[in-house]
Amino acid sequence: MLNVGKIEEGFVLDHIKAGQSLAIYHHLRLDKMDCTVAIIKNAKSNKMGKKDILKVECPIDLLDMDVLAAIDCNITVNVIKDGVIVGKKQLTLPKEISHIFKCSNPRCITSIEQELPHIFFLSDEKKGIYRCKYCEEKLDKRRFV
Amino acid sequence: MPRHLMNPLDFSVEELEELFDLANDIEANPKKYEDACKRKKLATCFYEPSTRTRLSFEAAMLNLGGEVLGFSDAASSSAAKGESVSDTIRVISCYADICAMRHPKEGAAYVAAAKSLIPVINAGDGGHQHPTQTLTDLLTIRSLKGRLGNFTIGLCGDLKFGRTVHSLINALSRYENVKFIFISPEELKVPDYITDMLNEKNIEYREVIRLEDTIGELDILYMTRVQRERFFNEEDYIRLKDFYILTKSKMEQAKEDMMILHPLPRVNEISVEIDDDPRAAYFKQAAYGVYVRMALILTLLGIKM
Repeated sequence: MLNVGKIEEGFVLDHIKAGQSLAIYHHLRLDKMDCTVAIIKNAKSNKMGKKDILKVECPIDLLDMDVLAAIDCNITVNVIKDGVIVGKKQLTLPKEISHIFKCSNPRCITSIEQELPHIFFLSDEKKGIYRCKYCEEKLDKRRFV
Repeated sequence: MPRHLMNPLDFSVEELEELFDLANDIEANPKKYEDACKRKKLATCFYEPSTRTRLSFEAAMLNLGGEVLGFSDAASSSAAKGESVSDTIRVISCYADICAMRHPKEGAAYVAAAKSLIPVINAGDGGHQHPTQTLTDLLTIRSLKGRLGNFTIGLCGDLKFGRTVHSLINALSRYENVKFIFISPEELKVPDYITDMLNEKNIEYREVIRLEDTIGELDILYMTRVQRERFFNEEDYIRLKDFYILTKSKMEQAKEDMMILHPLPRVNEISVEIDDDPRAAYFKQAAYGVYVRMALILTLLGIKM
């Protein structure tokens, strides 16, 4: 059993799909921030079998919820203060996602014009389906920029 | 900001009615419009060959007394030197008053419209949208059937890569009581974003493989060509290209007033023996294509007669 110490102030991202923690780490720009981060991969989970967890010691308002919701709306965001969980943040799907995922359609204009931003719009809120702003291809969340 | 046409849904149903009324007036009184676009220039920026659509746009502008400039394949444009669509349209905006763009990549016209100072008409972007073909189809149905709505339409052939089909389904989904029957082989089925949209709007549709099983139910049959340029794999193209051929014997099962449409060019999917059948409307459809493009150019340039 691996033990990772408590954090005093920050957040714990729980129920991350196994294997996605590094992508979240990069897209939340945690690599650019001067704070303590613990990345736990393949932790045992009753609900998911395996899951990843991220523990970050930093003020909660530095967390970009839209990025997190775009990657996976089912992630649990626990807010930590004085070493205890003081609340959970609800993730809601952003209307638009930019610069996180690439369009998977080889016929999309973004496949040949590299400088174009990869933008997806929320086309079905109930099912959480995003489509490419240019070609309307369904977003494949395995294809990060 | 100029107004563009990217998708048939860019115009409301009411705006389309006005556009079709104008097209019908042009058809009835061509003389009235012969100088309507004098000293205006249309740029036809075609990054892939399409003689028919390009000539239709050019004929439309010439009929309105305007002039035409442009290129007809990417090799003869600055794209061959690596220029982006955004840069090309900024330059074209300095030369012309309106632009019709065809590009093999999906979303290219959208990129152009975002940077353009002049109206941009999407003249086809890959397998995605082809709104002026849709306007042509709607005008043909409205003019010959007398209504848009209250019919069963069968779309047959390449429903996966066929952009005319996608645009037409989107456009018809806004009219009352249109029932769709999608006739295609498994590999060329209509994409899920179209069926998702129909499900969401509770619009009735059915997917079938054999044309013979369903032709008797149809008020309109929209045939399409399996296009070689949409396939990455030649073997798949050869296997699927002759899947549907409309013949006289199949037409015997069709209603007496069923209308046959086709965006053209056809290869062999409609036997030439059908051409003399009064139900064949595909050459009339090509004529309506010019009228509707004339009406569109006038509308986007804000020219009122």
